[in-house]
Amino acid sequence: MNEKILNLLNGNARISSSEIAARLEKSQQEIESAISKMEDDGIIRGYKVILNEDATNDSSVRALIEVRVTPERDGGFNNVAKRICRFPEVTDVYLVSGDYDLRVEVKGESLQDVAAFVHSKLATINGVISTATMFLLKKYKEAGKIMDGEDSYERLKIVP
Amino acid sequence: MNDSKLYRKKRLATHISELPKSGIREFFDIVNNVEDVISLGVGEPDFVTPWQICEAAIYSIEKGHTGYTSNLGLYSLRKEICKYLESDYGCSYRPDNECIVTVGVSEAFDLAIRAITNPGDEIIYFEPCYVSYNAEIRMAFGVPVALETHEENEFSIDVEAVRSKITPKTKAIILNFPCNPTGGTLNSRQMQELAALAVENNLIVLTDEIYSELTYEGRLPSIASLPGMKERCIFLHGFSKAFAMTGFRIGFACGPEDIIGTMMKIHQYSMMCASTVAQEAAEEALKNGRREMEKMREEYMQRRNLMVKGLNEAGLKCLKPKGAFYAFPSIKNTGLTSNDFAKKFLEQHKVAVIPGTAFGPCGEGYVRCCYAASVENIQEALRRMALFVESLR
Repeated sequence: MNEKILNLLNGNARISSSEIAARLEKSQQEIESAISKMEDDGIIRGYKVILNEDATNDSSVRALIEVRVTPERDGGFNNVAKRICRFPEVTDVYLVSGDYDLRVEVKGESLQDVAAFVHSKLATINGVISTATMFLLKKYKEAGKIMDGEDSYERLKIVP
Repeated sequence: MNDSKLYRKKRLATHISELPKSGIREFFDIVNNVEDVISLGVGEPDFVTPWQICEAAIYSIEKGHTGYTSNLGLYSLRKEICKYLESDYGCSYRPDNECIVTVGVSEAFDLAIRAITNPGDEIIYFEPCYVSYNAEIRMAFGVPVALETHEENEFSIDVEAVRSKITPKTKAIILNFPCNPTGGTLNSRQMQELAALAVENNLIVLTDEIYSELTYEGRLPSIASLPGMKERCIFLHGFSKAFAMTGFRIGFACGPEDIIGTMMKIHQYSMMCASTVAQEAAEEALKNGRREMEKMREEYMQRRNLMVKGLNEAGLKCLKPKGAFYAFPSIKNTGLTSNDFAKKFLEQHKVAVIPGTAFGPCGEGYVRCCYAASVENIQEALRRMALFVESLR
């Protein structure tokens, strides 16, 4: 059941517990306590809105930063990654395979803001070998949602 | 120019002129004149075709695959179809001469009926049912013999009742389970008894499996896989409902070589072949579209739960259908006929449902509500349904 609840929340985090209950043929209370439990257990970490910033007054700047790191004998990449995570400017951090080690996403108020963060904070962390910063220019799709709405297409109202 | 009624009557084929218009089409004209309707009247998925299937169609055009295919359809598609029927339905057919690709399952059905019906042959089918069965049989100069299915019996069949309708002229039995509009299904005992009955009376069985992928509580092997059925069963299926491909118009039939060969003749002379682009899309659907299809099925099942709960709470008794994407609630306790119920509900609350009588006389007392609609629309329609039913008390 948890898996089905998570699938539904993944599609729409604002889905009501009564709708989940009706879909899965459970009581609303069962659903609510299952969700609370997943929140308490740290399975669900939070709920986030998928935003088309172009349609808002949001003028903040986002960047993806490829970070190469020297792994430590104990802990590998974890200590550096955790340090990077603590900065509020950093929104996402992943350890990845390929040419670099950590993929860090940063959000700042301006270009200078992000640049300052990279050279004064990120690049100076012990263990960081190099950084490569890519500013995001336009968002086409996030978390499965396409930003530019497609033309609506009305189907027949009655068909056999 | 003689414009008299008599002249006009002669000008048109009598057996076609005499056919009634589809009950759904009649309702269609009414619905089209109302603005902002929430429609539970559709019979197609509200999902867009999964992208990789559309992409295969686009790629097919890019490659210039825009000529005819063989009359039977692309061999590679027929091979995939036969593989699919073997693995998922337990039936084995040869792609060379036991499988034909058609323009939707509707064409496959039409070909099958025309291929087997001699004038006066009786064909048994079950009502309430899809609107075209009766007309198709009559267009082929056959005699439709309708058997009723009932809510008490979960809209399934009574094999003894079938037996009582068999005469020396009976040629075939049409099955459509999961059923449009009732959602009824067959259990394995019924399938076995029916198969035995068909063998005993040397009848052909047409099994319209268009909704078979939308079976929610585990699907049984097809009746076509039972002993003695291979030589007498025509397996009809298509891509429209399972893969949300209604507009591609792709279906197929598998069956004994002589019947498929005869169907092929009609198809060859009237249709040539199904759309090449759509055939390549269908092949992609079978090869790589199954996971998307399963996701849609799960979503339909959850919407079914919502719909059935809502209808029962609104005061309309509704069984939980085991397949297809229709709920078929009883409206008997409102005192209205199906037609009046649907018309008044549309006029007063702008929600379209289909009167049960569109699917045969024994659909009186029921309406069909399709749950292949957005949850938002389903919930709003249910809210209005509760108000409407309350107002009739």
